[in-house]
Amino acid sequence: MSRKLLIEHAEVPGIASFETYRKHGGYASVEKALKTMSPDEVVEEVKKSGLRGRGGAGFPTGMKWSFLAKPEGVERHLVCNADESEPGTFKDRYLMEKLPHLLIEGMITSSYALGARRSYIYIRGEFMYVLRILEKAIAEAYANGMLGKNILGSGYDLDLVVTPGGGAYICGEETALLESLEGKRGNPRMKPPFPAVKGLWGNPTVVNNVESIAAVVPIVNEGGEAYAKIGIERSTGTKLISASGNLVRPGVYEIELGLSVEEFIYGDNYCRGIANGKKLKACIPGGSSVPILPHYLVTKTAAGTDRLMTYESLADGGFASGSMLGSGGFIVFDEDQCIVRNTWNFARFYAHESCGQCSPCREGTGWMEKVLYRLEHGTGTLEDISLLEEINKKIEGNTICPLGDAAAWPVAAAIRHFRDEFEWHVKSPQEAQTRNYGLIQAPLEA
Amino acid sequence: MKADHPQAVNEAPIDFSAHTMAEINRVIGLFPERKQKSAILSILHLVQDEFGWVSVGAMNRVAQILDIQPIEVYEVATFYTMFHLDPVGKNVLEVCRTGPCQLVGSDDLISYIEEKLDIKVGETTKDGMFTLKTVECLGACGYGPMLMCKYQFYERLNKEKVNEMLDAMREASKS
Repeated sequence: MSRKLLIEHAEVPGIASFETYRKHGGYASVEKALKTMSPDEVVEEVKKSGLRGRGGAGFPTGMKWSFLAKPEGVERHLVCNADESEPGTFKDRYLMEKLPHLLIEGMITSSYALGARRSYIYIRGEFMYVLRILEKAIAEAYANGMLGKNILGSGYDLDLVVTPGGGAYICGEETALLESLEGKRGNPRMKPPFPAVKGLWGNPTVVNNVESIAAVVPIVNEGGEAYAKIGIERSTGTKLISASGNLVRPGVYEIELGLSVEEFIYGDNYCRGIANGKKLKACIPGGSSVPILPHYLVTKTAAGTDRLMTYESLADGGFASGSMLGSGGFIVFDEDQCIVRNTWNFARFYAHESCGQCSPCREGTGWMEKVLYRLEHGTGTLEDISLLEEINKKIEGNTICPLGDAAAWPVAAAIRHFRDEFEWHVKSPQEAQTRNYGLIQAPLEA
Repeated sequence: MKADHPQAVNEAPIDFSAHTMAEINRVIGLFPERKQKSAILSILHLVQDEFGWVSVGAMNRVAQILDIQPIEVYEVATFYTMFHLDPVGKNVLEVCRTGPCQLVGSDDLISYIEEKLDIKVGETTKDGMFTLKTVECLGACGYGPMLMCKYQFYERLNKEKVNEMLDAMREASKS
């Protein structure tokens, strides 16, 4: 059974209260860091841990922290990205709802490391009830001397605020989030300058995902090296996986990176297989923005080795036969699901969520949605399939933020692996309205 | 009048309740001096909590409170999809329609609610009790199909649960 570093105590009654959380060893990292470590030493431990951003990009957190500009007399900020909106991802909500103090503890320890004295948690507006839980926990942390002036007599001051979004996927992109936090539309900013130099209100800012900030707690408590021993290669530590779709037991699981995909889908401790005794058709392992994998590439790589839940193994084969760990939004499709319908559904999502700033994304996402609608609803042509590939190429890499790529990749991957099913929708439109295509039996010719 | 109407700025600002004003002042106080605009999304949520939707008059009042131009409120209120810019029913049912929910039956859920309430997505029942909307991913993918109403999540829905939920909402909205 794999170790849990984050949600071990999630189901302990009363763990959302300061008192109970403290009894279970909570806030030890704050004591350790503020009383016995310099801020740079905390950064060093996070670097040693090999922790990679848990929001989806997988960028090393310690390195991100070390980029933070520290000009004299300029305020710095830590901003927690709790905008969790990537379809298939619901781990941060679970963590914050069950263990609000774990996030607050991580915010304090991390803010100390970065020299931030005013930190913010930006949470998606739909999680208003979670915001209330966090507000209560923050008030408790103030009352117990973990926030405010001179925390634990260390001379370190920190104010922490939680504030809601208003319903916009794009605000999960860090510069859009900062715009939103400044009270504006969530239009991503041109980079450079990066937030580490000019972030919130023009001040140097680090933006980290909820889970990344929470992971700082065990890293400081047990040391970066101990954390790095868990996992495989550059995929260190544990990861929260949000499992959804046609599974016997969907939900949030904390896994040690390196677990096999086979074990995760079928194992008794995890998802326990495909619901209703059906067969696996496909899987999107890292949130809706990453490439879909057909059943024969889910538990094995194209080379025939076991596919593991790591950044490297899920990406094995590149986009030709691999995908990405992303945010850990693990979406499973059974044999009755229609890939064309699902691809259209996600294209509609991206068209809806494009901020409209860059033409290739604003126009391209809407165009793809229209073409996919045609294909799904029986009026598409074979040329439409190549048209989608064309539009894809025109969006990818041509936008300020990654939403364009995130919209393009899933469509490209769906066509790459399920071209037969798309063509069948064109050739047998009536049949495609009455039944599903079923499983693709073998890899298509490249 | 809509926020994109040329005369929108001339619409009279409306007043908020003492409770809403107290909450507005609290959320403004969360941010540093001269950064009060950061509270705008919190404020729009509070306004919507009081009125059910966000009117141009309400936006003009928010502009006064934050000492910013009305357009700065309009552009924000129209960007974020949680804000209803038209009057809505007492209970706004926002059903998640995105991929993971679709895999577990959100299409059927939407049709069932349409049939049950005799309205289409985007419409309000004649008695003003319910508005049905579809929304994109609400971050509850493992517990679908689901919907949100008044910031509450109703998860793993089936016909029986929907019936119970609608009855309970009708009952609660009577008082």
